[in-house]
Amino acid sequence: MSPVSVVDQHPLDKVLRSDRMPHIWCPGCGIGVAMRCFGQAILESGIPIEKHIVVSGIGCSGRVAGYMNIDSYHTTHGRAIPFALGLKLANPSLMVSVFSGDGDLVAIGGNHLIHAARRNVDLKVICINNFNYGMTGGQAGPTTPRGALATTTPYGNPELPFNLPYLLAASGANFVSRWSNLHVRQIKEDILYTFTKPGFTFIEILCPCPVGFGKSNNIEDGLEEMELYRQRCVLVRDGDIRAEELDIDLREDRPIYVGKFVDRDRAPYKPVEIGQ
Amino acid sequence: MTIKSVLTGKHFMHGDHACAEGALAAGCRFFGGYPITPSTEIGEHLARRMPEVGGVFIQMEDELGSMSAILGASAAGARSMTATSGPGLSLMLENIGLGVMLELPSVIVDVQRGSPSTGLPTMPGQSDVMQARWGSHGDYEIVAYSPWSPQEMFDLTVLSFNIADRYRTPVLLLADEVVGHMVERVVIPPADQIERWERKRPQNPPNGRFDPFKVIGEDLVPPMVHAGEGYRIHYTGLTHDEHGYPDMSADTHHNLVVRLVEKVRRNASQIIRTEEHSLEDARIVVVSFGCTARSARRAVRLARQQGIPAGLLRLVSIWPFPEGLLGELANQVDEFIVAEMNLGQIRLEVERVVRRPVKGIHHAGGAMIPPEPILHAIQEAAQ
Repeated sequence: MSPVSVVDQHPLDKVLRSDRMPHIWCPGCGIGVAMRCFGQAILESGIPIEKHIVVSGIGCSGRVAGYMNIDSYHTTHGRAIPFALGLKLANPSLMVSVFSGDGDLVAIGGNHLIHAARRNVDLKVICINNFNYGMTGGQAGPTTPRGALATTTPYGNPELPFNLPYLLAASGANFVSRWSNLHVRQIKEDILYTFTKPGFTFIEILCPCPVGFGKSNNIEDGLEEMELYRQRCVLVRDGDIRAEELDIDLREDRPIYVGKFVDRDRAPYKPVEIGQ
Repeated sequence: MTIKSVLTGKHFMHGDHACAEGALAAGCRFFGGYPITPSTEIGEHLARRMPEVGGVFIQMEDELGSMSAILGASAAGARSMTATSGPGLSLMLENIGLGVMLELPSVIVDVQRGSPSTGLPTMPGQSDVMQARWGSHGDYEIVAYSPWSPQEMFDLTVLSFNIADRYRTPVLLLADEVVGHMVERVVIPPADQIERWERKRPQNPPNGRFDPFKVIGEDLVPPMVHAGEGYRIHYTGLTHDEHGYPDMSADTHHNLVVRLVEKVRRNASQIIRTEEHSLEDARIVVVSFGCTARSARRAVRLARQQGIPAGLLRLVSIWPFPEGLLGELANQVDEFIVAEMNLGQIRLEVERVVRRPVKGIHHAGGAMIPPEPILHAIQEAAQ
């Protein structure tokens, strides 16, 4: 009997571009897990597949647009959100998701992120947070913990990071949650929920990046980072947490709070309509 | 009263407003922009008018977002536009490059002011000409028109949408503060007389494999699929093959970039617009564009009254550059003079094509070049 068995079908064949496999992600990377949750949610959404659109920016997470077998747009660095906004407003019947990384969405695209949340435009944002720039080889970014080592912070990161749920809550998003890569069921359920939730929604997914972030910060591999999540993740009852406790530092033995932080009904953005 | 998208009739109209009305008449139904003098009136006018015609006006957080948003709207099937001035164009260039690469029709209005940097916000300039041509990174061709009147702010905006859709490319309307803020007679034709060239669209409904970047036909323009139509297309700013998939090979890259460039070059005769004044027997030709061409026309008339065989070639389109026409003119013309409100951007282009030194009448911007220095240069050339 062959030690390798090849299956003919994958449950996500309908929504993945199997001719694009294998993907570019490193062993131990968490992006594929999150993409699987996204694909599963699309399948279960009951929304016709042709109405699902995904827009990505640049970076490892940005490659998701290229692997999803739906209409997909791989745009410029940081601009996925305004591009997606144009798509959605020009054709409101589309379900437009933005799948990208922390560097793309929060650093170079940070201004678009907060303004889209402020407007409460109907976009479903899934943000992979792996605490660094992975594709370019492990540079520090706006989510890198203070003191962490990266190729551009060889003496430790002198800056303080963003706390994404706090940022998005303050900016006005209708829905904000955070999960780790271990929480596949919760991620999928939240994505499904956001498909039914009008307005701007934001799901942060903490992902191992063993090659970019882990290697410089004494995290052996993806599995070890997953184990850190297993040990430290604490579920928060809806939004019941002080902001500073939401800060994450994998290198410290302190809780990582996950869960739903915002679920509210601010009026979603609608272009002005006047009677003709 | 029904509210019209085409304001058919004779108007005394502001140039920026004429541009906005041209967009509506052309069927533009998405405007994303950021306020910047001297283009702001375009956005303000559309903020009021877009809802009247069922379109979308959105004031974005910056010009990066504006350009990205109009590309997204275009991908969803809308005719879309933004308007800005030099500092904003600098920011838009990133995603103008994306528009070129994804072949997304879009119209970018640049009402030029004195530059560089913040420069002269309320005063005219014509110094974004080379930025428009080369500002985004990489090899590409761009289309740019240069209106010299409020009437052309209307007409060339309509044309810009048609060219953008026909060739699947961003098109720039390189206006200037003088033309943008000028109030003049504008005639808007009946709606059924406004030309509309539609995007080339796929022949078959979605069924099996579809190659969104496969070219059928000599014009090198692939048919365009919009979001949500079921073709399951992938668009990427990465080098891509005919299927739209990233392909990191030198051959694919070369073929793609050459096609994108050739798409404009091969169709240049359909895109280029020029206007000739007294050129038939001219031995001295002034080349000019935008507001400066108004002074140049005056200078040429005065020179003719003095018996000097002068003529004007007005560049209604600036890019692609009318190399063929200028090359032919070079055979009959003794002297070329370029008048422009910059320090030689088009003069060097003309020199490149006519292969001889060209006299430039230049000013860095802030005030129109009057007819006198142009006339003086014509008189000197005639001696």
